[in-house]
Amino acid sequence: MTLALTDVSKEYGQKLALDGVNLTVSPREFLCVVGASGSGKSTLLSLVAGLMMPTTGEITVDGHPITGPGPDRGLVFQNGSLYPWRTVERNVAFGLELLALDTAERDRRVDWYLAETGLAGVRRSLPRRLSGGQQQRVAIARALVCEPDVLLLDEPFGALDVQTKEDMQLLIRQIWLDTGTTVLMVTHDVEEAVFLGTRVVVLASDPGRVAAEVRVPLAEDRDLAVKRTPAFLALRASVEDMVRCGVTR
Amino acid sequence: MRTALADRTPDVRTTWPPLPRRTRPRRTALTIRTPISRRATTILTVLSLAVPFSAWVVLSASGAVPATFLPPPGAVVSAGWETARSGELAVDVWTTTRRVLQGFGLAVLVSVPLGILMGAFQAGQAAFEPLIGLLRYLPASAFIPLLIIWLGLGEPSKIAILFIGTVFFNTLMTADVVRGVPRPLIDVSYTLGARRGEVLRKVVVPHSLPGIIDAVRVNAAAAWNFVVVAELVNSTAGLGYRIVRAQRFLQTDKIFAVLVVIGVIGVTIDVALRLVRARVGRWAA
Ligand SMILES: Nc1ncnc2c1ncn2[C@@H]1O[C@H](COP(=O)(O)OP(=O)(O)O)[C@@H](O)[C@H]1O
Ligand SMILES: [Mg+2]
Repeated sequence: MTLALTDVSKEYGQKLALDGVNLTVSPREFLCVVGASGSGKSTLLSLVAGLMMPTTGEITVDGHPITGPGPDRGLVFQNGSLYPWRTVERNVAFGLELLALDTAERDRRVDWYLAETGLAGVRRSLPRRLSGGQQQRVAIARALVCEPDVLLLDEPFGALDVQTKEDMQLLIRQIWLDTGTTVLMVTHDVEEAVFLGTRVVVLASDPGRVAAEVRVPLAEDRDLAVKRTPAFLALRASVEDMVRCGVTR
Repeated sequence: MRTALADRTPDVRTTWPPLPRRTRPRRTALTIRTPISRRATTILTVLSLAVPFSAWVVLSASGAVPATFLPPPGAVVSAGWETARSGELAVDVWTTTRRVLQGFGLAVLVSVPLGILMGAFQAGQAAFEPLIGLLRYLPASAFIPLLIIWLGLGEPSKIAILFIGTVFFNTLMTADVVRGVPRPLIDVSYTLGARRGEVLRKVVVPHSLPGIIDAVRVNAAAAWNFVVVAELVNSTAGLGYRIVRAQRFLQTDKIFAVLVVIGVIGVTIDVALRLVRARVGRWAA
């Protein structure tokens, strides 16, 4: 699966939110897009998800233009997108309930993703009983169970406290390694982007556009300790500078 | 790249007098949203019922107000018992309830789908909002003469009053509830593969259901009002009719008894709908 954005622009009325974005996401990649608030990160993901159409330009998956939203591009928001009346397991099962799938097959898949995301113990709880981190895990499991070509994450850990956020970073890396899924994640947190990404793209603001692109030369097998190594800190500092330059211009 | 603070603001604050301090009010039972004790709650509730009731007893017993104006509670009870025993009351209650079920039931059947349509689609909103927004301000009771001309004196005109009195409000309230379904919930459903109909059935409706029941509960009270008004004007049975008849013979005690019955039925409906709402909306609590 290759996701390609070609000269993508998006205008909201007069406001130019994205200006000529070119971006390619390769199979099995973990691509992080960083940018300040208002740089068009959510707009970018909504376009890829197919929730809106670009004003100009084209977005393709394996050469086929995107025409609308679908389970091949699973989306996870920052918070508040769980079905509050459905239990954890029924939230995760939502996408599968829409398919002609017998119950045993559905349950087997739901069970696997509940286990993978560490939610087996709360499977019959309602979302409001869960912590913020658990809620995000449900949202991730719910997208992954549909076996998307690419998982789209819009600041998924932005509302979490620092400790929970780091737990979730480890979890999403583990899931990425286990499932071999492609991930496109946007965040304003440079440390998070550098820690998680195989590649980091910096978005400049007003209008949103690609300002820089950095390959992350860290080992695939990372733990939190890597965040204290000189190589990590240097990379993080240089990306932070790029983000700041992109803002003040 | 700007890293440090630019020119500091000159500190002229040293020349200012200190800010005046306000005395901090103490926390009392009347501090906003302060919980009061269980006992205080009980006492207030009991008093709120006991005071008006005692006033009634005292006023009617003292003879200060003639019994034709204000019958004593005992007379009301026996008048009520009398109508109940004659079988009259059961017929009246059933007649009135049937009208509510038909008129308001029809209003719910129309207003809920229409409200969902208006809340979910901008086209539905644009097409119906102006007319319904206007119609709901026309008092339903003002339609009574017109409806009698159109539909005659029988059941249809009464059911129509109930319908007109509740359908517009229930539609607009349902539409508001549906518009309250969070955008991300709808967006995420599409990305999980749901089609439009599935989003409506599996996301919009379940999310709106508790709010729709709330709307129905509010408008059920209105329906119960309209039916009595309709029966006051012209009918041959029903609780409103019973009041008019009692008035003709100056049977104030009977009027009071019927009013009590109307109140009790109203509260029962309200409590029943509250229970349903609590069950359906457990996830929202
Ligand atoms: N629906 C909208 N209508 C008008 N302007 C919008 C809309 N959504 C976003 N914008 C504007 O587009 C720019 C990019 O927004 P967004 O993609 O949400 O940025 P980010 O997610 O990086 O914070 C911002 O300036 C924002 O104000
Ligand atoms: Mg955003």
